Amino acid sequence: MKQVIMGNHALSYGAMLSRVQVIAAYPITPQTQVVELLSEMCADKRLDAEFVKVESEHSALAACCGSSAVGARSFTATSAQGLALMHEMIHWAVGGRLPIVVGNINRAMGPPWTIWTDQNDSLSQRDTGSLQFYAQGNQEVMDTVIQAFKVCEQVLLPSIIVLDAFTLSHTSEVVDVPDQELVDKYLPPFNPRYILDPKEPHTFGGLTGPDGYFELRYKIEEAIQDAKGLIKETGKEFGELFGRKYGLVEKYKLDDAEIVLVASSTIASTAHVAIDELREEGKKVGLLRVRVFRPFPSEEIRELLIGRKKVAVIDRNISFGHGGIFAQEIKSALFNCENKPPLWGYIAGIGGRDVTVEHIKEIVNDTIQSDKPEKDIIWKGVRV
Amino acid sequence: MSKKKIVYDSAKDIPLNAMSVDTMSFNKTGAWRNVRPVIDYENCIDCMICWKFCPDISIYIKDGRPVIDYEYCKGCGICVEECPRKCISLEKEGR
Repeated sequence: MKQVIMGNHALSYGAMLSRVQVIAAYPITPQTQVVELLSEMCADKRLDAEFVKVESEHSALAACCGSSAVGARSFTATSAQGLALMHEMIHWAVGGRLPIVVGNINRAMGPPWTIWTDQNDSLSQRDTGSLQFYAQGNQEVMDTVIQAFKVCEQVLLPSIIVLDAFTLSHTSEVVDVPDQELVDKYLPPFNPRYILDPKEPHTFGGLTGPDGYFELRYKIEEAIQDAKGLIKETGKEFGELFGRKYGLVEKYKLDDAEIVLVASSTIASTAHVAIDELREEGKKVGLLRVRVFRPFPSEEIRELLIGRKKVAVIDRNISFGHGGIFAQEIKSALFNCENKPPLWGYIAGIGGRDVTVEHIKEIVNDTIQSDKPEKDIIWKGVRV
Repeated sequence: MSKKKIVYDSAKDIPLNAMSVDTMSFNKTGAWRNVRPVIDYENCIDCMICWKFCPDISIYIKDGRPVIDYEYCKGCGICVEECPRKCISLEKEGR
């Protein structure tokens, strides 16, 4: 049924439809509505789950690790400083092979204190081994929670589902909320082989020396690579059941594009309009939206960018000392390839600075007008 | 009875997370001790507070009396601290 839902609540509906069994969370702007609605859903029994009020985000994910370890489908949500506080436990969920879904509202890290959006908080979790999905609309937010549980419970790794602070979290959009029966057809109950159970006692994650640790990490990499195929499969299956198909990336007017703009989250959403306007001006441009950042869709990147004239990447993040993170990852995927196009790496929108259709058109036009990128990092919109 | 640690030949064969297949009872942590607690059974009232507080499950009950399992006791001294009759003393390990 179609409803007008804000981004945060789309996460809540996703968790509710996924029949999560344990939610442990700590409030932080701008995530608060996610767990507020979930606590209401638990209170009025729309959702049959335990809502655990904890004293910090570290405890929130730790509690979820505990509940996931006994076989309960577990969910939490946070943002920025909260995600940073959870960092140790993200590693724990990965190493513990616990398929927890973490909703993260992309909020810039303080100081200086801020509540507006950029991607540094989630990207700081890049190397942990958790999956990362970047949503551009509220329908996708809700749909991705359901798909994430399905994938995670097969690969046994956690997922972080990311949406922009305010630009998406507090924006209301029409969302088609499916019937519970249909979601139940798609997402079976969580049924892990090994759980903490006094009837069949085991210890998990105990001291492991150099003679064992390497292999356990290898298995994590195998699993996250398996996730690529599974995300595509489950995304296709989602399309068959719900009418909306999802993949690792989204292509927009890409087929005959000579200039490709790569973006993610709401900047990508806005870019659709910019691409339309540039096309009307006769420019052969297209958009590649990166939806799944981990596992990184290197194959799709190579397939869709090799042979193009130019590539412009917009990063709403920066890895200090090197540059935009999506740009770096794309360059590294293309490094060993023939015919790789020159790549312009733009930084925009840090700390919630607005990125408009005009800004995006300027970025594409700058790329068209220069022969090669002059610098590794091109700052767009910062007053220097 | 001591057991050897199991090390696998291939990543294919191992479980997803380091997982115990049996107990750790082969690991005799008593060897870690520097001081050993000794119960004075004359004054002990069998309240079992030492058994409850032992963080290592290294005190067991035998014939209604608490008995320290020196194979595993690490000598932390919590039983000494908690005993309401103060009838457990710490002695230097004589090795």
